[in-house]
Amino acid sequence: MNPLIVGEDIWKVYRVGDVEVQALRGVSVTIEQGEFVAIMGSSGSGKSTLMNILGCLDQPTKGQYRLNGVEVGQLRPDQLAEIRNQQIGFVFQSFNLIPRTSALENAQLPLFYRGLSLKEQRTLASAALQRVGLKGREHHSPTQLSGGQQQRVAIARALVTSPSLLLADEPTGNLDTESSQDIMGILEGLNRDGITVILVTHEVDIAAYASREIVVKDGQILSDRATKGRSQVVGA
Amino acid sequence: MLAFVWLTVITALRVLGRNRLRAGLTMLGIIIGVGAVIAMVSIGEGAKQAVQKQIATMGTNVIMIWPSYMTIGGVRGAQGGAVTLTVADALELKKRIPILSETGWLIRSTMQIVNGSRNWNGPVHGVSPSYVTIRDWSFSSGGSFTQTDMESAARVALLGQTVVENIFEPGEEPVGAIIRIKNVPFRVIGVLSPKGQSVQGSDQDDVVFIPFTTAERKVFGTLFLGSVGGVFVSTERTEDLADAAEQIRQVMRARHRLQGEQPDDFTIRTQVEIGKVQEGTSETLTVMLMIIASVSLLVGGIGIMNILLVSVTERTREIGIRMAVGAKRFHILIQFLIEALTLSVVGGCIGILFGVLAARLTTVIAGWPTIISSDTVAVAFVFSVVVGLFFGLYPANKAARLNPIDALRYE
Repeated sequence: MNPLIVGEDIWKVYRVGDVEVQALRGVSVTIEQGEFVAIMGSSGSGKSTLMNILGCLDQPTKGQYRLNGVEVGQLRPDQLAEIRNQQIGFVFQSFNLIPRTSALENAQLPLFYRGLSLKEQRTLASAALQRVGLKGREHHSPTQLSGGQQQRVAIARALVTSPSLLLADEPTGNLDTESSQDIMGILEGLNRDGITVILVTHEVDIAAYASREIVVKDGQILSDRATKGRSQVVGA
Repeated sequence: MLAFVWLTVITALRVLGRNRLRAGLTMLGIIIGVGAVIAMVSIGEGAKQAVQKQIATMGTNVIMIWPSYMTIGGVRGAQGGAVTLTVADALELKKRIPILSETGWLIRSTMQIVNGSRNWNGPVHGVSPSYVTIRDWSFSSGGSFTQTDMESAARVALLGQTVVENIFEPGEEPVGAIIRIKNVPFRVIGVLSPKGQSVQGSDQDDVVFIPFTTAERKVFGTLFLGSVGGVFVSTERTEDLADAAEQIRQVMRARHRLQGEQPDDFTIRTQVEIGKVQEGTSETLTVMLMIIASVSLLVGGIGIMNILLVSVTERTREIGIRMAVGAKRFHILIQFLIEALTLSVVGGCIGILFGVLAARLTTVIAGWPTIISSDTVAVAFVFSVVVGLFFGLYPANKAARLNPIDALRYE
């Protein structure tokens, strides 16, 4: 089986005014399908930039990134959007739900852009919400939900398209301990069902859920090692 | 795709519904613009039709020939003052120009008209029988006089509605009555159907027709037998009017022995020319109104653009989220375009409603005729759609070109 993610010597250089910022300096990483990877690092280490590139929100300045065998570096914005829609689910620290819009409609959103019929959208979104334990809350708007519940809606939105890759950027950063454990439990379960999960965090106990830990510092990979993880099944 | 558009429209309505005041104020420009277009155009069309109706009262395919002014010792007389047009001219025209279907003439004066104890001072026209035909006069009772009446200089009269109202009691039958014009007794043989105002604004029903010969010999008196105040001819087809007018000029110039440079001693006017002058006036008015309306639509459009730019900024993060989950540029573009269109189309529809209402009120309150044509409404609607598209494009494009990462980070 081909690896899901192959990054080779990825560089990302920004220009902020006259100053050149090297956010990533030659990162090479390979992630197999079904892995549960935690990317760790302090703020400014380049871990968010790496996640943006892995999530096809951004493209490397230099180097190669292949997702499922497709070279992403040269794609146009609309092609990137299609890859995000088909293969990637995002979970953000600040939930990023669309305000004043019901949980169901938020979960429908990726399917809406995929062009499914309204009925299919509803069916799949309901199923996804049920999977994250939000049955009965389909018509609540984000403000009517707790932080943990909002993040579950976000997870439902991420998995509604059955993506091969789920990217979680500090998913528990805005949550209390109990909700954090819930969310991590859900991610763990999804990983067990075969979805590759990449978790970006700076919290050691959250990273402990993963079975592999990549530490990023100053735009480079400092360490990359398998951990025992809490997961029963270690990534293939 | 259909599901996409449908849901986008619903989203747009929901977004606008959340900011009702803002949406309402934004639409106001379009509402006023479209409303103004509808109201103004219907008033303009109404006026135009009223004028066309008046022009139609002249008759069908009519050409009028008037004698020109006469200059005595350098002093110009009034138009029609010269004795340059005669019955012989009219007969010659009839003989020489085959496309003329009817030829008639008249002589005019203002006289005292008396019926018993009531009298009225009004225009009396001595006319040939064909004049009545050319002018398309119909009769509310009785009928016209004949060629025999003309030849025998019979003392018979046709009365216009205004004259009837002034010299007869209500309910009294004028046909068969004897009236006096300048002390000459006339038998009324017909009452003319009302025609209303002429293009010049005079009352066409304030008139008495008597045979030309009778007028000339027994009532008006004349310096030169056979001189007429005007010749009226008509053609079978409207297209022939200009051609006929030119032929008339040639014949008249030849008859009056006018040399190369000498000006015409007569004036020719066709019904079409008169119509054009009138339409020209109302068209100028319409163009002016359209300019005003366009300015207001432009202002409305800028309002839409402005509010959409605000909306794009406010919802940058939402745009980022949508892009992250797979919205293409096209999707974002369409979303904001539909929002702009919703504003302009809803505004346009309200504007149409207001415009129709304003036109109706104008008719009811001011009594002006108005015509609301489906064309006007359709054009106004299309205009509001175009305004929405045009002014929505820039903000929508701005939204669609956002970078997803920047948009997601936007606070």
